[in-house]
Amino acid sequence: MIVSITRAEVLKIADLAKLHYKDEELDAFVLQFQNILEYVEQLKEVDVENVPPTSHVSLASDFEKHIFREDEIRTSLPEDASLSNAPDPGAGHFRVPKVL
Amino acid sequence: MNLTDAHAIQKAVNSGEISAREVAEQALERIKAVDGKLSAFLNVSAEKVLERASAIDKAVRECALPLAGVPVAVKDNICTRNMTTTCGSKMLQHYVSPYNATAVERLERAGAIVIGKTNCDEFAMGSSTENSAFGPARNPYDLDRVPGGSSGGSAVAVAAEMATLALGSETGGSVRQPASFCNIVGLKPTYGRISRYGLVAFASSLDCIAPVGNSPKDIALFLSQIAGRDEHDSTSSTVEVPDYLSEINRPVQGMRLGIPKEFFGEGLDPEVRLIIEAGIKNAASMGCELVEVSLPHTRYAIADYYIIAPAEASSNLARYDGVRYGFRVESPADLQDMYKRTRSEGFGAEVKRRIMVGTYALSSGYYEAYYGRAMRVRTLIKRDYDQAFDRVDALLSPVSPTPAFKIGEKASDPLSMYLSDIYTVTANLAGIPALSLPCGYTSNGLPVGLQILANQFEEGKLLRLADAYMQTFPVPKSGLKV
Repeated sequence: MIVSITRAEVLKIADLAKLHYKDEELDAFVLQFQNILEYVEQLKEVDVENVPPTSHVSLASDFEKHIFREDEIRTSLPEDASLSNAPDPGAGHFRVPKVL
Repeated sequence: MNLTDAHAIQKAVNSGEISAREVAEQALERIKAVDGKLSAFLNVSAEKVLERASAIDKAVRECALPLAGVPVAVKDNICTRNMTTTCGSKMLQHYVSPYNATAVERLERAGAIVIGKTNCDEFAMGSSTENSAFGPARNPYDLDRVPGGSSGGSAVAVAAEMATLALGSETGGSVRQPASFCNIVGLKPTYGRISRYGLVAFASSLDCIAPVGNSPKDIALFLSQIAGRDEHDSTSSTVEVPDYLSEINRPVQGMRLGIPKEFFGEGLDPEVRLIIEAGIKNAASMGCELVEVSLPHTRYAIADYYIIAPAEASSNLARYDGVRYGFRVESPADLQDMYKRTRSEGFGAEVKRRIMVGTYALSSGYYEAYYGRAMRVRTLIKRDYDQAFDRVDALLSPVSPTPAFKIGEKASDPLSMYLSDIYTVTANLAGIPALSLPCGYTSNGLPVGLQILANQFEEGKLLRLADAYMQTFPVPKSGLKV
């Protein structure tokens, strides 16, 4: 099976993922990407008719009973700890470049 | 003090025969002497370690602690307060978590000492520790070879006697494979057995914190301290944590052991095959019955895993945007430019590759064909195991198709690196526990591990079998190059 993916498609995916590939990296990456997609194509051979999806193995045990809790107020991280790793904190906020 | 035995250390520290400080000093000296060659650690703070050791020496005068003074190495994708947690990435090079992972909290409560943070593939993505932004770790049995990955640093720390126990993490074999390459014991527990709170997320439906040690007994002691329900992780299990140490002492005679024929096909190194086949004969000689079983969907496991894990990763790693923590590029032109350049410069090639594959698999028009289908194939892989465990107590197999490979050997071919995960990823997809134990050496002196797999929440059975095997057929530790 041949899967072909174009440079333009790769650039579109990179845009969705907020990633950037330099021109000189792109050809090599497109080839690797194509190899991986060709390899995973074999999943199409499997008969999955009437097979339910498994998103999470916990669903098999007692998971559903425990995903909810009472909506009670609890203490959370204090402001200074929350901001302690921020690249550009200011006035109790995370600062980003101007949007508008 | 022998640093390879957690039981002996806690006993000696609790009885006052030796101080936790002396044990810690010994571990720090060993790190200083050999880690320049191995690069197992990314961060060791001697001052904090000794401070903590002195606190434990005080505490044990009041009451005995189950892991008193035991030096534990922690993979650098597991959060530790007051210490960096880099995930082997430039993105988090200076990140200091404001809280401890639950597993870290619990091991400290039990009296253990976090001796340092260990090297790993960036965000745990890799099978060799070569994807660390801070340089590769090296195999203590051959310094030109990889220790395996992604928890390579944790495995090396224990193998080279710089720590007695370690925490690694598993998404597709990241503790079992390095344990196999480094001649130690690594356990991937049942999904949800150990809280994931504070484990930096890679693929949330697969990720597990996983203990590493020199013996099943030490792992049993360790696991009983860190396992169990945690309200900070809604996927952590409420299933009661058994007394693993007493389970270990039960007999193994009469156990039925399955040999999955799909794990012995094309691609398995002939020397590894011979070592594993000898291990299987050994296991049978302990009074266990061997049964051939089939896990027919194993051949699709790598393709399945390399859709599901990247899909979840692409979503989890969206958080690294240069806003709240981590790396941010200098003088971005605008917000979009900041996001893109921060992520492109902060992440390494393998992490970007997986984010790309995952984004593609989840993108409009492809979701059902890739991710949707992969989730259905995952059901079939799980069913294969369900059927096998109807007939047998546990399964025996190789951990990795080859022994440790040379540094750089697979670096330019990502797919060949992925294929080396073939015998480990299915346990993660099915959420079952599996363990690697030392089985023998190749003619080059490279260690080879034997894998035991059991049904969900049967860690006790795994540890019992592993302990019986290692007592009866010990693999003498020889050939360490440090």
